[in-house]
Amino acid sequence: MIARQHRLALLTAAPAVLFLAIFFLFPVARLFSLSFDGASFAPYGELVRDDFYAFVVGETFRIGAIVTLLSVLLGYPLAFALANSGRFWSTVILICVLLPFWTSMLVRTYAWMVLLGRNGIINNLLMWLGLTERPLQLLHNETAVIIGMLHVLMPFFVFPVFAVMRRIDKNLLLAAEGLGASSWAVFKEVYLPLTMPGIVAGVSLVFILAIGFFITPALLGGGRVMMAAILIEQEVRQFLNWDLGAALSVVLLLTTLTVYALINRLGRPAGRRLG
Amino acid sequence: MSPAASPLSATRLFLVLFVACVCFFLMAPIVLVFPLAFSSAQYLQFPTPGWSLQWFENYFGSLSWMSATVTTLKIALGTTLLSTLLGTALAFSLVRGSYPGKALVNALTAAPIIVPNMVIAVAIYGWFAQLQLVGDWYGVVVGHTIYAIPFVVMVVAPSLRTFDESYELAAMGLGASRLGAIWHVTLPQIRPALISGAFLAFITSFDELVIALFLAGSNFTLPKKMFESIVFEIDPTIAAVSVLQIALAALVIVLASRFGVGTGIGRDNQ
Repeated sequence: MIARQHRLALLTAAPAVLFLAIFFLFPVARLFSLSFDGASFAPYGELVRDDFYAFVVGETFRIGAIVTLLSVLLGYPLAFALANSGRFWSTVILICVLLPFWTSMLVRTYAWMVLLGRNGIINNLLMWLGLTERPLQLLHNETAVIIGMLHVLMPFFVFPVFAVMRRIDKNLLLAAEGLGASSWAVFKEVYLPLTMPGIVAGVSLVFILAIGFFITPALLGGGRVMMAAILIEQEVRQFLNWDLGAALSVVLLLTTLTVYALINRLGRPAGRRLG
Repeated sequence: MSPAASPLSATRLFLVLFVACVCFFLMAPIVLVFPLAFSSAQYLQFPTPGWSLQWFENYFGSLSWMSATVTTLKIALGTTLLSTLLGTALAFSLVRGSYPGKALVNALTAAPIIVPNMVIAVAIYGWFAQLQLVGDWYGVVVGHTIYAIPFVVMVVAPSLRTFDESYELAAMGLGASRLGAIWHVTLPQIRPALISGAFLAFITSFDELVIALFLAGSNFTLPKKMFESIVFEIDPTIAAVSVLQIALAALVIVLASRFGVGTGIGRDNQ
């Protein structure tokens, strides 16, 4: 009976495992071997020699870090309000998070282009208020990219933090208060540490998604902001430079996995395990 | 900062204002697409000079937009079917089974979410180009299914874990085969999770751009068509398409809250 169950469990996993092995693991392994160029490692030599590639990798990290930090600063209070408001207000906040979250990333990026464009809503408003004579350049720069990415990625921070906050036993906070702690001390010594697993999960999710981001930086940056995924797309689709595209992909993949492993080591957050 | 703080403290007031600003930031772009989609102007123009449905007519009357929509639906339905089948079986195995290498299977299941989708797209593209599979819609289905399987498992596995297996054993004791018991007893019990998982797979495929950009060849999916329209001609037809997609997103939220699962949160409330 036990042996039969093992066999059954293996059998039910087999189709999906085979599918992922053939169409996911194999192509990724093939990409690795492409990037080694017959053990010459020439593409990596090119990556190291040309300062531009190091610059793009640095930019990818910097923009990813800024977006992650802003997601924490804006998302933490939002998650707190979501977890501690009455039924009506928490529903309102939840809709404000979920509706954009479920809306296509392209639609949201397009909306930001409409807002920030030369003839966009914000420029119209500024000119109408007399704050500026001519339209400002709000689009196609790093600020626009960061705003757009923050808009897409913040919910990924809010969800895990909210999930943790909702389970916090309020009696712990009352106990700390009863023992004479100030509100600030209760927050810093009790509440914040209790929510740390959620923060770790959220930060790792946002940062990992941010450094692999393509659509939003490509459109809002308008070619003036370079990130790793944009560069890979250019090398492969436009210049057909497979070796280099493969090498860049390997670098992006390995950094992503390293970040994932490091952050996971910091604290094993709940809800990361799938099965 | 504790929830028991007095209702009118300065901290609380600050928090309320701050959260209101963040909500405004999140909602503003979604709301502002609407006047644009119903505008009678030929260009992006604010304030809108008048109202019209011309951009919706443009969308529904355009052959290229319609064929992109049909292609996208075809791919999304294929992805939903394939990933729900594979993902549900995988969830069964991960929840019920204990076998050597299970940790590896677990890692493999999570991997497509962690690996940047540009890397997945380039990897499959390189291989499919060699096999001359680029440009066929089912190639995109394969790419999207890789991406959707983890979401299906993520939704189905927890529901399966809370299902009491003794019902299934009871059915088997009454003479049902294991497959029969799963089909008639277990699957109906976890139906909300199955529907949510399928939903999630559908939306994932419907919105996906990067893999489609590489694998669809000269075919257009809706996201690919939108992407190129945004790059080359900012035409308010995109606003009309956006409004339709936002309506779809709202519908998904309503349906998901009906079924109680699948939004990622709010599940334990039910």
